[in-house]
Amino acid sequence: MILALIFLPIAAALAVFGLKSATAIRVVLTTAAIGHAVLTVLAWILPPAPVMDGWLLLDAPGLLFLSITSALFAMVSLYVLGYLQRENWGKRQDFQEDFLFTNSRESAFVGCLLLFLAMMTLVTVSQHFGLIWVAVEATTLASAPLIYFHRHRRSLEATWKYIMICSVGIALALLGNFFLAVAATLAENDHVPMLVSSLTAKASLLHVPWLKAAFLFLLVGYGTKLGLAPMHTWLPDAHSESPSVISALLSGALLNCAFLAILRIQQVLLAAGLSLFGQNLLLGFGLFSMIVAAAFMLRQLDFKRMLAYSSVEHVGILSLAVGLGANAGYGAMLHAVNHSLTKGMLFLVAGNILAVYQTKSIREVRGVTRVLPFSGALWVMGFLAITGSPPFGTFLSELVILKSALDQGRFVIAAAYLLILCIIFVAMASVVLSMAQGEPGELPAGSRNHPSLLFPRESLLAVIPPLLLGVAVLVLGIYIPPFLQHVLEQAARTFGMV
Amino acid sequence: MKMIFILHPLGALLLSPLLLGIVNRTKAFFAGRKGLPLLQAYYDLARLFQKSAVYSRTTSWVFRAGPMVGLAAAMTALLVLPIGGGAACLNFTGDLIFLIYLLGVMRFFTVVAALDTGSAFEGMGASREVQFSILAEPALLLSLLAMGEIGESAIDSGIPLPHLSLSGIYAGLSFSAWMHSGTVLLLAASALFIVLLTENARIPVDDPNTHLELTMIHEVMVLDHSGPDFAMILYSSAIKLWIFGALLAGILVPVRSGDFLLDGAATLGGIFLLPIGIGVIESSMARLRLLRVPQLLSGAGVLAILAIVLVLKG
Amino acid sequence: MELWIDALIVLLILTNLKLIGSSRLSACIRIVALQGVLLGILPGLVNPDQMTLRAILLSAITIVFKGMVFPWLLLRSMRTSSVRREMEPFIGYSTSMLISVGLLALAMWMGGRLPLPIPLKSPLVVPLSLFTIMVGLLAIVSRKKALSQVLGYLVMENGIYAFGLALALKEPLLVELGTLLDVFMAVFVMGIAIFHINREFDHIDTDLLSALKG
Repeated sequence: MILALIFLPIAAALAVFGLKSATAIRVVLTTAAIGHAVLTVLAWILPPAPVMDGWLLLDAPGLLFLSITSALFAMVSLYVLGYLQRENWGKRQDFQEDFLFTNSRESAFVGCLLLFLAMMTLVTVSQHFGLIWVAVEATTLASAPLIYFHRHRRSLEATWKYIMICSVGIALALLGNFFLAVAATLAENDHVPMLVSSLTAKASLLHVPWLKAAFLFLLVGYGTKLGLAPMHTWLPDAHSESPSVISALLSGALLNCAFLAILRIQQVLLAAGLSLFGQNLLLGFGLFSMIVAAAFMLRQLDFKRMLAYSSVEHVGILSLAVGLGANAGYGAMLHAVNHSLTKGMLFLVAGNILAVYQTKSIREVRGVTRVLPFSGALWVMGFLAITGSPPFGTFLSELVILKSALDQGRFVIAAAYLLILCIIFVAMASVVLSMAQGEPGELPAGSRNHPSLLFPRESLLAVIPPLLLGVAVLVLGIYIPPFLQHVLEQAARTFGMV
Repeated sequence: MKMIFILHPLGALLLSPLLLGIVNRTKAFFAGRKGLPLLQAYYDLARLFQKSAVYSRTTSWVFRAGPMVGLAAAMTALLVLPIGGGAACLNFTGDLIFLIYLLGVMRFFTVVAALDTGSAFEGMGASREVQFSILAEPALLLSLLAMGEIGESAIDSGIPLPHLSLSGIYAGLSFSAWMHSGTVLLLAASALFIVLLTENARIPVDDPNTHLELTMIHEVMVLDHSGPDFAMILYSSAIKLWIFGALLAGILVPVRSGDFLLDGAATLGGIFLLPIGIGVIESSMARLRLLRVPQLLSGAGVLAILAIVLVLKG
Repeated sequence: MELWIDALIVLLILTNLKLIGSSRLSACIRIVALQGVLLGILPGLVNPDQMTLRAILLSAITIVFKGMVFPWLLLRSMRTSSVRREMEPFIGYSTSMLISVGLLALAMWMGGRLPLPIPLKSPLVVPLSLFTIMVGLLAIVSRKKALSQVLGYLVMENGIYAFGLALALKEPLLVELGTLLDVFMAVFVMGIAIFHINREFDHIDTDLLSALKG
């Protein structure tokens, strides 16, 4: 079944690369997304058996992150159907700099999208550090063409930065892997296999200095992919220039995969009794990322970049939570779920706004609630959710993390955490509310919906996916189903935090 | 001190102008010319010594002292210079630094003599000479030190020679030292070779034949010297070539039988092969742009540093 | 045998220095190719007793990929993109050389601080790989051209590889091949990106990729 989860999207991708008809491509995409989601649900009901001597194995954190990825992908693929229909496939003018550009071929786009899903799935199910590395690097390569979907110079710049920075980061992670292998060398011809399970079982035998060095390199390497400051510089560019669906996936699913990779090594560190070493580093990086994100969100002019920096902030919250340990670990798991759903929703709505207003500049967007009543409402709802207002799930998870910090008596960290969250709330509120309210000005000619229409039609495919995601976050704030609760706790326990 | 050791300085004084002749003949061979006689340098020296010198009114005693001090320094350097495994007339702890300082004194007086003329061209040449030697000197020192570690670790027993003396170092650079740490010796030799080309104003750093002032380095500094002064300069540059030749041949010809005459003869062969190598390089390469010369020299420095690093690690 | 290992390591160090000090793009690509080949030979010298069929196969693949395929890809994208042949560094060549000598010292120091559980034949392998990684990073940050950044990435990858190969770490073959394939794909994708950058901007200087800020 694990193999089916990985190979279904790969097979679909290969099929798509060969297809020409747009309808056929979209059918394959939807089928694969639904199939993947169904398989994931099955994995909840019937825990799948390990494959390849335990290399591929679905434990609680894996299952959790796989489900986030799968659910988000299903929503995104629904949205993509509408998006691809809406896209103008000929030569057209860029709204920022007036040059002409075209899109990549649809088959290439959808194919890479499916490969991206396959590689993210592989990250969530691998237990072997080498394989995790291969999969994470593969996600970079599969997603690079997606960022370059609109073929113009800005997206190219973003793609180049993405490939270069992430590849270098991932290369450092490879060195970290080698260091880990050295740490796992007990004697001549006696190596601990690089599996999470074997390493944790024999953790006390590992070489401490090399293990620490390995963690450092893996943290920096995967942290680049995760978007931890100061390695986050590719993130705002990639998110602002890629199509909104891709931003949703990058932010909602890919970041989690990188996060999982870091958690795996933290798991080994924990077993070796060096948990504190890793936690302190994560805490520092997390807090620093939050500060950087807050600084860049104040006076931000571009709403997609604002969402990107919000991702940096939430990544910071996640690693801060793991750094705190104890109950915050549970908060981290819950927050990963909440953040993915919310950020996915926000990026999809941002895509709707962008399609109508034809600008990413915050100043030029006014009166979204009038022009696009549904998207406007979702935009405000998403803002409330992402800033952790009650009754959304994010409120709950951020509260758990705060409480854990207070319980441990780390008041300075708790105060900083609260202060940054407040700053970000203010920064985002001023942006989102000014966009949502006010008189819509003259909309550009290329726009489909004209404000003169009292109720412009909003396509169902553009509204339903973000709505579902939003509802899910809302529900999670009020009621966490027992099966999810169980997995969340188990995942937190895997990383030594209850 | 055995009298036999004095053979080397005497031989060097006698034979060094021949090296210039060999270089010229090699270049002539590659150019398809007949070339100057092998002994041309001797004729030139004899001719120049018979002439009288002309001094500009603006020059002082510094200008006259330059060539003399230069020749004296070069001849003194021969005293501490071992030939192959054979010890030098003088050897004491740290005499490799003494050698480097003698070369420094020689350069210093050439430079101040050039500055003393007050000519703009000579000043330019002097500044280039100093700029390049800033880079060449550390490379020389470092490569000698790297060799020192190996030579001394190989010698330890046997002949009682002072540590960090050239004689002690070169006595240890036997064939087994090459087998043991050939990489270091190769690096040091490469660095030394680049320094040799620089110090002796050879292509690709400088062109001894050029008479275009803009590109000259060494030649431009001695433009105002004439007669016996110029003869001394010519002679001391021949000796300088011999000194570097002996340093390099001492590494590359690892014959250490313990018999002074045999070792000396083998190294002598190396010294005479070297000008042929220089001739080949001068025939096959073009001069580097002045801007690139520091890069070449820092390359030599890097090679020497690498040698040191390897020695310390190994 | 130790003599040969030392010689090879010194050659590898020199390729790094040469790379950082040379100004011509094509020369740099050839140096990286040479480095790839030398890298393929390294494990055979350091661990001659562990030369199983698998190790020989890996060495051969390394030589083919790093010594031939990558340089060919890069040379091709250099020709098709008609770039200026100079490296155009932000940091001058002599300064870069000085910096890299400093980095060499740093790598030596770090190598001394991390003792291996099983000592290698040569104490220089770890410093070598650290040094190569640092030089690769230096090349990435100090060179303007997209192509030279890819070269820097490759050198960095080479350094990491030197570490893994020389230690004969027991990574399963699948992972090793996956790693190589990933690197290959990365270079391939970067090559395509360079092609597009060239078409879009008429040159491949990354300092003009600076529209996105804030």
